[in-house]
Amino acid sequence: MDQYLIAIVTFTAIYGMIGLGLNLQWGLTGLVNLGQVAFFAVGAYASALLLLAGAHFIVALAAAAMLPAALATLVALITPRLREDYLAIVTLGLAEIIRLVFLNEKWIAGGPDGLTGIPRPLLGSATPSESAWLFMLATLAALFVFFMINWRIATFPIGRVLKAIRSDEILATSLGKNVLRFKTQMLAVGASMAGIAGAFYASYLTFISPAMFTAQVSLNVLVAVLIGGQGNALGVLIGTAIVTCILEGTRFIKDYVSILGGVELAALRMIIIGLALIVIVLVRYRKASVR
Amino acid sequence: MSSTALEIREVRKAFGGNKALDGCTLTVRRGSITGVIGPNGAGKSTLFNIISGLLRPDRGELLFEDRRIDHLAPYQIARLGVARTFQTPREIGDMTTLENLMLVPEHQTGERLMSLISGWRRVWQEEREHQVDAVSVLDRVEMRHQQDMPATVLSIGQKKLLELARCLLAKPKLALLDEPTAGVNPRLIGDLVGVMEQMSRDGVTILIIEHNMNVVMNLCEHVIVLNRGRVLREGTPSEIQNDEVVQDAYLGAAV
Repeated sequence: MDQYLIAIVTFTAIYGMIGLGLNLQWGLTGLVNLGQVAFFAVGAYASALLLLAGAHFIVALAAAAMLPAALATLVALITPRLREDYLAIVTLGLAEIIRLVFLNEKWIAGGPDGLTGIPRPLLGSATPSESAWLFMLATLAALFVFFMINWRIATFPIGRVLKAIRSDEILATSLGKNVLRFKTQMLAVGASMAGIAGAFYASYLTFISPAMFTAQVSLNVLVAVLIGGQGNALGVLIGTAIVTCILEGTRFIKDYVSILGGVELAALRMIIIGLALIVIVLVRYRKASVR
Repeated sequence: MSSTALEIREVRKAFGGNKALDGCTLTVRRGSITGVIGPNGAGKSTLFNIISGLLRPDRGELLFEDRRIDHLAPYQIARLGVARTFQTPREIGDMTTLENLMLVPEHQTGERLMSLISGWRRVWQEEREHQVDAVSVLDRVEMRHQQDMPATVLSIGQKKLLELARCLLAKPKLALLDEPTAGVNPRLIGDLVGVMEQMSRDGVTILIIEHNMNVVMNLCEHVIVLNRGRVLREGTPSEIQNDEVVQDAYLGAAV
């Protein structure tokens, strides 16, 4: 299989994991989390630091799941009285704080230089191309597990409660549902998914730096989930594939339009994602916004 | 156990300068059907919101079965056995009527995260039981044929019936019914009164806000008249109906 295709599938799967996390939070529960990249970054850094210290990949994965969940629980517990639009600002701010901490506190993880030489599991005995192939399969397996968790939650009685919270919190609480508990759980589980995605990301690239964890990541994932439709796990995967195609596809424009350089292309990508966001919200969520 | 289900002492609640409740004191006898009437803005719905915990009183005490509840969250009060309906019906529009009811039972195994990993059989078994209960409640309010319709397409009257159905299914100790017959097809009102009487026979204490005087006079054994955030009069329906002060404040205008 072509190395480039393997890379794209791996990245799509990683983005899909972050998106499935956001699907639990926003899609099912209605929590507007604009800082999903914060949990992705914490997972990536936690796992990278542990792997560099010689820990087993399973240990790194566990840390990448647990630390973001703890952070999300903290966020949920200090913001329970916030209306949904304020939660959006808090999470957006959190993501920026996390990025700035990794950027400026060099003692944690190298500051702007980031971390290099992160071990990739399965690299030991295999050739680099075999390793990439195996790693893609491992990433897809994790994505499948997350998909099943999304599907289970949506079809179980717990999904009914989450949808009730999403559309009418007052009704849910009047029916004896502990809304804060459900919100905290979903923010935490969704953060874990982003964190594990971060662990795969760090190991796949073998290098991470704060520049990779900007608000743009949260936005890309949000667009993917919006394309997929609220609470639709399969839609999220399709949305992720579309967003990856937009992000990667723009690379090839360079070959046809000679005046576009790397900087212009990066800007073009952001313009396309931004336009996509506007169009999707106008076309797909018009009814919801009127309500 | 005392004979008092609910006791409200000197409760005040102001919104800005507007005193919705101003030293409201009343008791609801266990097992009774107690009506709350009064002009618009008398504080009836505020009273319900305070009892169910959606609003906190500025001052005063609430006791449910001799236990202070004014510091509890709404879900905790609901779990003590206080169910309510809303004046403006609330329903989850993108779920079916049946699913809306399936939300009601408490302590569902399938609502725990752990149930995703183990205990699937128990979850589905509970689901079947809850479905049977929900369908039988839908039968009682004559909405069986609407069980698979999304709740958003129901008429206002049907949504009010769904509110009552939810309250029936919760099997509460105290039911707070906020204008259950408003907007309901007149042909059904007699049935609704029957449903509420049956609830009462099943041991549920009922506190009901109602504008339909026929319903109040037929159903309630005790009537409380609220005016400007406090109790103006209370007594049996016939006492209230013949009270001049009440007639001036409310009934005179309504009847």
